[in-house]
Amino acid sequence: MSQIPPIFKREFLSYFRSPVAYVFLIVFLMASVGCAFFLGGFFNANIAGLESYFTFLPWLFIPFVAAAGMRLWSEEKRSGTIELLFTLPVTTLEAVLGKFLAAWAFLCLAVLLSFPMALTVAYLGSPDWGVIGSSYLGSMLMAGAFLGICSLTSAFTKNQVISFVISVFVCFLLVLLGWSVFTDFLGGYLALPAWLVDVVSNFSFKTHFEAFAKGIIDPKDVMFFLSLAGFCLCLNVLALER
Amino acid sequence: MIEVKGLVKNYGALRAVDGVSFTVKRGDILGFLGPNGAGKSTTMKVITGFLRPTAGVALVGGHDVTAEPVAVKRLVGYLPENAPAYPEMTVEEFLGFVAETRGFRTAAQKQPRVERVIGLCHLEPVRRQSIETLSKGYKQRVGFAQALLHDPPVLVLDEPTDGLDPNQKYEVRNLIKQMAAEKTVILSTHILEEVEAICTRMIIISRGRVVVDDTPEGLRARHGGARLDEVFRTLTQTDQ
Repeated sequence: MSQIPPIFKREFLSYFRSPVAYVFLIVFLMASVGCAFFLGGFFNANIAGLESYFTFLPWLFIPFVAAAGMRLWSEEKRSGTIELLFTLPVTTLEAVLGKFLAAWAFLCLAVLLSFPMALTVAYLGSPDWGVIGSSYLGSMLMAGAFLGICSLTSAFTKNQVISFVISVFVCFLLVLLGWSVFTDFLGGYLALPAWLVDVVSNFSFKTHFEAFAKGIIDPKDVMFFLSLAGFCLCLNVLALER
Repeated sequence: MIEVKGLVKNYGALRAVDGVSFTVKRGDILGFLGPNGAGKSTTMKVITGFLRPTAGVALVGGHDVTAEPVAVKRLVGYLPENAPAYPEMTVEEFLGFVAETRGFRTAAQKQPRVERVIGLCHLEPVRRQSIETLSKGYKQRVGFAQALLHDPPVLVLDEPTDGLDPNQKYEVRNLIKQMAAEKTVILSTHILEEVEAICTRMIIISRGRVVVDDTPEGLRARHGGARLDEVFRTLTQTDQ
């Protein structure tokens, strides 16, 4: 595991050595804060909280995490640097973890850059810091789970577009399964039994994230995100060692 | 130092390497020749631990590439074909990254290593330039610098002089010759004069099999003093 730091460092800085980081961070902030203001009614709600910001994150993460994750392995394969990386004395697991953690740290940074929103509600009212803290924790864990999927799809192809499209599709399904409109459809229109609807929605990012957004840090939600990311990374190692 | 026994590598249904065996000792400069697609690069990729062989063994410094890939990778400096490097990094940053993964973590360990190869490969004028802006010749030298960084006992160079101008070719060959005494070098090339100029041994590979394993002089003598390119053509023309 000693080789993770140099790989992490190179990967994390690579976002900032190209315009990728700046474009990504600016557009992500505009989109996420814009959703909170215009769709979530940040001011009209008259509540000192960030619920209107966090509620859109599972949807926003679909394209944005896929965009940050699609390059992880596809780019290495396309440019041939994968040959360089895997003839340096690193194991596949170290390389996978180093790159994953770097991209995850970058996504956490993108989420945390919304901190002026938190300062604003603190200035205007007295927010519940526990709820804000757990929401930030939840969104970072959720980003990790999303990223695990994107890293995996990226390992299968040297084409970033394919990686992006498949990641978006899979992540969209995983968010959709817990969307109230979809679960109502399953329970009402298709008249599926309630337990089956619960099972289906239990696979969704949204279901597990909503607990965090309410201020509840349940170990089983934490485990859901971490185990999903871990599972994808194991497959990622296998895919690369093929 | 390098021992390859009955190496086979399949890509799906295609057999790229078909039972290649040879050994390379310290001090040898082995020239690896063959038409395009003969299996040169694939053999090198197996020796460096990048690809797993379908069958057969490759040992580097006594370590099996399949069983102990990391130990092999520590011993080997590898210049892949086309010298891939991270395009957004500057030459210095890139060599710094390679130094860190090679175990030179602190600035005091890293700096002298990076300076040495920047000097050896004449990268001084472009050290702060990003790699994507470099010409083919400079890119190739960055790849060479990266392979030499940890002063490895084994060098595997896939077309090291590709894209260099005649002066640079001359210089790279000299560099390889100077280092060869205490190293084991395998280099692949299309240029037959290069083999005559620096290699102590040559292997010609055709359709995944070794057809010649000899010294350049020995091979010429056996073919009645014919020129190497004529010998090469006779031996590999079945490929066309």
